[in-house]
Amino acid sequence: MKILVALKRVADPDNANKVKIPASGEKIDTTGLEWKPNPFDEYALEAALRLTENGTQPKVRAGEVVVVTFGPKETETTLRAALATGADKAIRVDAADDKLDGDLVARALKALVEKEKPDVVLMGKQAVDGDSNQVGQILAELLDWPMATFAATIREEAGALLVGREVDGGVSTLRVKLPAVVTVDLRIVAPTSVYSTKTPATHKYNDGVRFAALPAIMAAKKKPLVEVKLADLAPDQALKVSYHGFAAPPARKAGIKVKDVSELVSKLKNEAKVL
Amino acid sequence: MADVLVVAEVAEGKLKKTTHSAITFAQKAAATIGGTFSLLVIGDGAGKAAAEAQGFGAAKILVVEDASLKNYLAERYAPTVAAVGKGYAVVVGTASAYGKDLLPRVAARLGAGYASDITEVIADGGKLKYKRPMFAGNAFGISSITTPIQVVSVRQSAFAAAEPTGGPSAVETVAYAGPSKAAERVEFVSFDQVKSARPELTEARVVVSGGRALKEKFNQVLDPLADVLGAAVGASRAACDAGYAPSDLQVGQTGKIVAPQLYFAIGISGAIQHLAGMKGSKVIVAINKDADAPIFQVADYGLVADLFATVPELVKGIQAAKG
Ligand SMILES: Cc1cc2nc3c(=O)[nH]c(=O)nc-3n(C[C@@H](O)[C@H](O)[C@H](O)COP(=O)(O)OP(=O)(O)OC[C@H]3O[C@@H](n4cnc5c(N)ncnc54)[C@H](O)[C@@H]3O)c2cc1C
Ligand SMILES: Cc1cc2nc3c(=O)[nH]c(=O)nc-3n(C[C@H](O)[C@H](O)[C@H](O)COP(=O)(O)OP(=O)(O)OC[C@H]3O[C@@H](n4cnc5c(N)ncnc54)[C@H](O)[C@@H]3O)c2cc1C
Repeated sequence: MKILVALKRVADPDNANKVKIPASGEKIDTTGLEWKPNPFDEYALEAALRLTENGTQPKVRAGEVVVVTFGPKETETTLRAALATGADKAIRVDAADDKLDGDLVARALKALVEKEKPDVVLMGKQAVDGDSNQVGQILAELLDWPMATFAATIREEAGALLVGREVDGGVSTLRVKLPAVVTVDLRIVAPTSVYSTKTPATHKYNDGVRFAALPAIMAAKKKPLVEVKLADLAPDQALKVSYHGFAAPPARKAGIKVKDVSELVSKLKNEAKVL
Repeated sequence: MADVLVVAEVAEGKLKKTTHSAITFAQKAAATIGGTFSLLVIGDGAGKAAAEAQGFGAAKILVVEDASLKNYLAERYAPTVAAVGKGYAVVVGTASAYGKDLLPRVAARLGAGYASDITEVIADGGKLKYKRPMFAGNAFGISSITTPIQVVSVRQSAFAAAEPTGGPSAVETVAYAGPSKAAERVEFVSFDQVKSARPELTEARVVVSGGRALKEKFNQVLDPLADVLGAAVGASRAACDAGYAPSDLQVGQTGKIVAPQLYFAIGISGAIQHLAGMKGSKVIVAINKDADAPIFQVADYGLVADLFATVPELVKGIQAAKG
């Protein structure tokens, strides 16, 4: 199985409350924040690696994982890290963040899919900077492929994937015949979430994503990382969504600490009037 | 073409409450661009659900029913929604799991730009601008869509549910446009529903949320409190990941976004991703044994205490206060 994983780098999501917006509101200033891979995309990569191996020791790879990012030269750090973690090949589509929208990323990915011919495109359900939750769905439609969004479990079957999706009110299970687009949710990296046809049903993964071992980091330097021009994938680079300005959220006024339950109940009843 | 189409959400022959938030958007958007709005009710039991769509002031209620729409699949719904949407300036739904799954596919079919999870629609002359939260709610972007048709999803907690006040709307039946080619390769297998007698998280007036600290006692501790308040129950990611609470209850940036009158964060540290899902609540109460937990920075009332001793006491206190 060949899997294409879309990997976006984002400003450190655990410090997202440190983003600054200048008074002019012209931009979101993330200086001082480290770049990190979008967590959902790290999860997609982990799922892709699990789908292309046997799980148990000795580990045998059965398939190929290609990672792609859209961004400037420095996003190659993110790609090298993905190669060290186990991806086989990386592609950087040279682009500037402010010249992209979800539609353009999806159109360029479509062109890339037609070249790379993966069986599955795996990606995060949302990038945690823009929080748009759109690229996977748009890509699936442009390709006229089936999709399974918000995947919490994936079981490989012959020529298909059985996907458990976290939706409102429960879990919806779909079977998608390949090729297909799958976007992943948080629980996809739980120990028993993903099984390839080669992974024994009793196998349990470690919780979370794997980390690159030092020798793998060295070896990753020799893995292929190619650069592609955005114009070669998407000649029309007009954006369908444009941003005119940014604003900080209203600050909550500071609250108080109550000393015990009876004070809390009295405040809720008499001050906040919410009981 | 200056009209707005609301894509309703239907479940078991009923109009889901999510739809009412999209209607509120449509009322304002249609007034801004000088048009009307209509409702598209599609799915199993759409005919029955359409009756509940009366009275909101829609120009038309368009009903699509077909045997192959029984279990929702975007690949089956998107072609019809897009075919109907072609005649409108704005196509809107709510950013529920359904809307998030379906609407980007509809946008792609229409060659339209898509603004997701917006919290405000801004009238700028006769044009529409959309305010949307980014960076876990730590910034808002003001965006606009440049294509002739615009597709939008609204955040349910930011758009008050529309109340029926208007006169009757004309009901029309619309033919099912058929599945896309992709539909041949996707099969609905099952839906494992988490049944609950409690109010929906996104609609409740009071939400009681628990975190990792509750461990296996999640329900044992929180249920009595939720009962006495008639509240919905929510959870942090850590509580969901550990299996203390079903995933469907996760509140946060990447779970459900809630804005009730009263929110309890119990044994929740207050990570950025959690705050993104509940910061809009009117009154926030935090109970945590760590006085430095970040949750206290957004709480109106903080109580530094052990939750296992405190919550049962709180249940009694509220019972007494309610008389
Ligand atoms: C300074 C700045 C200005 C911007 N201006 C605009 C603007 O004018 N209009 C606008 O629409 N957007 C703008 N953006 C956001 C834009 O760059 C987004 O990358 C783009 O909209 C697609 O990402 P998303 O957040 O919508 O993806 P989502 O739909 O939330 O992401 C889903 C998945 O798609 C994949 N993906 C998304 N983006 C990438 C990527 N770059 N590389 C690899 N995989 C990816 C990932 O797998 C991700 O998990 C701006 C961003 C910045 C930093
Ligand atoms: C991509 C991504 C998306 C995420 N999305 C979400 C999301 O949508 N929602 C979400 O909630 N999180 C989300 N998270 C996770 C988030 O970063 C935190 O890890 C999570 O919210 C922590 O949950 P918690 O507060 O229950 O656990 P902890 O951080 O472990 O906090 C437990 C708290 O309980 C307190 N405590 C312990 N014992 C007691 C006691 N006896 N009495 C009182 N207090 C006690 C402790 O002092 C502590 O503050 C996401 C993370 C990532 C990477």
